[in-house]
Amino acid sequence: MTTAVTDPASAASEASEAAEAPPAKRRRLMPRWRDYGRPRELIVRYLLLLFVLGITIGPLVWQLLSSLKGVGEDVFGPNASLFPSDPTLRAYREVFAQVPVWTYIRNSVAVALLSITSQLVFSTLAGYMLSKPSWKGKKLVWVLLMASMMFPFESIMVSLFLSIRDLGLVDNVVGVWLPGFVAAINVLIMRAAFLAVPREIEDAAMLDGAGEWKRFRYLYLPSAWGAILVVTINTFISAWDDFLWPLIVLRTEDHFTLTLGLSRLQSSSFGYDQRIVMAGSVISVIPVLVLFVITQRWFYKGVSSGAVKL
Amino acid sequence: MTTLSPPTKGSGVAVPRDPRPGEPNGGRRLLRAIRPGPSADAGGAALYRRWWLPWLWMSPAIIGVTVFGVYPFLNTLLLSFTDAKPLGGAASFVGLDNYTRMLGDSDFWLATRNSVLYALIVVPLMVLLPLTLAVLVEKNLPGIGFFRSAFYTPVLASSVVVGLSWQWLLSDQGLVNTWLQKAHIIREAIPFLSDSWLILICAMGLTLWKGLGWYMIFYLAALGNVAKELHEAASVDGAGAIRRFWHITMPGVRTSMMLVGTLTGIGSLRVFTEIYMLGGSTGGPGGADRTLPFYIRDVALDPLTGNAGYGSAVSVALFVLTLGLTLLAQRLTKEDES
Repeated sequence: MTTAVTDPASAASEASEAAEAPPAKRRRLMPRWRDYGRPRELIVRYLLLLFVLGITIGPLVWQLLSSLKGVGEDVFGPNASLFPSDPTLRAYREVFAQVPVWTYIRNSVAVALLSITSQLVFSTLAGYMLSKPSWKGKKLVWVLLMASMMFPFESIMVSLFLSIRDLGLVDNVVGVWLPGFVAAINVLIMRAAFLAVPREIEDAAMLDGAGEWKRFRYLYLPSAWGAILVVTINTFISAWDDFLWPLIVLRTEDHFTLTLGLSRLQSSSFGYDQRIVMAGSVISVIPVLVLFVITQRWFYKGVSSGAVKL
Repeated sequence: MTTLSPPTKGSGVAVPRDPRPGEPNGGRRLLRAIRPGPSADAGGAALYRRWWLPWLWMSPAIIGVTVFGVYPFLNTLLLSFTDAKPLGGAASFVGLDNYTRMLGDSDFWLATRNSVLYALIVVPLMVLLPLTLAVLVEKNLPGIGFFRSAFYTPVLASSVVVGLSWQWLLSDQGLVNTWLQKAHIIREAIPFLSDSWLILICAMGLTLWKGLGWYMIFYLAALGNVAKELHEAASVDGAGAIRRFWHITMPGVRTSMMLVGTLTGIGSLRVFTEIYMLGGSTGGPGGADRTLPFYIRDVALDPLTGNAGYGSAVSVALFVLTLGLTLLAQRLTKEDES
């Protein structure tokens, strides 16, 4: 544990952070460990952190490590080791060769892109109007939006399926996307962001003769890019991870999304090699992980905005 | 355009008196709304020359929430009095038959029990565990950003992926059983994935594990608002970490705890994937672990034996349960505030 506490790398990164601080505050380049608290308390804190770390990412790391094992190594059982003794990408080659992963990915990407596009366009338009002072019927629209958020998806999915069936969209990715093409919560997130734009700027734009559309396009949209990012991330994650609805709508393998395909791998009678299924899982997590690394702050923002229901 | 008389309220299609001279029709242009100045806004109503303009902008959203939100709900109510089939065909009105069948259906009550039990166990843990975790990562220590991100990763992986991972961890030959056997704590493998109670408990664990990071971040924002001075004063007075947590941190984030309780309660009633991944497509041995959404899918949407009418009745039950929980939470929050 002491190695973790005196990790030179993290201390160095701390130092660089300290160096970037405004000069007035720069008293010491390297904060000393005792600046963070009593040693005993620190050790307990880090031990707890490492414990939780093991629990939270342990299963995922194990999945990653197992996907790198060769045929000769046990994934399960008494002889299985945690680390692959001879890491290989065989499972990744095999999963693409044996399973139509590209088809799954294509379908998942299609649903995600359709959802992001429609959600962004429609929730910004609606959120903009809702952020404006009252117009005729605004209250009614407001009630409608609120009402639509009261019903859990699971309690209306039977009726939704019948609608999708009547539209002839069963076993079609469009049918997966359509019921969620715009969500009230995203409209509310955009509204809150537009409300934060100072009125003075808009009044100035109006004096300059900018019409409604121009003000929306060139003033409001650029000011609300944070909320736009949050809506994009939320939509992408929920489209990428959705399972129950694709399971209901989709029937044939050609139309499966990635989550559906993965779940079928495990339960299918083929009895796929676990390493291959694990490789598939890792592949499905990568896009989300990359997005997270790039836009981490906005993921966290999305957490709190998801709770702002008013 | 500042000297505008107060807008006439309730006059139907409101026509603002545009004071600008020389511009016929007040400079009416397509997609341009004329709004009175800020002084009139304070009075309440902004006047759009074209009353339908806001509706035009909002129409996709209105159609979306109506056609795929409000209508399906009303339709579900209606369907619950019929014997509609998932693949189409004529449906006839059956009165309250679906509801009487539901009340006498032991599988329905089993699913309800599972869902309610899920909420009862998951909610308190999901309110408290992420809070303690947030307190643990609140302090800015070296490397804390890494820990926060790492604790958040289970949120990023889809339920199917983490379900697969847990499935392998908990199988008879899985890592958990192997380790317990190696440590000589158990001799026979624990049947995590074949005993109906153990499946349910493991699924709850999976839900908790996946939600931990999400609510940790949620609480972190709330913790920032708890006054640091209180903590310092208390620790000067000799209050230990646990007492400070109990007497300062918890009261400080009460509202957040209420909200997390409500959200996780509603979430617990919606559980499906965890059961599907750990208990298989049947939902545990003989369907013993099915939750309400699972049961709805089973009875309503099976192409051969499905009955969308009956499934709709169960859907209404799920909705009533959710509504009841929401109202209860609102009431508790109100009592708490007063």
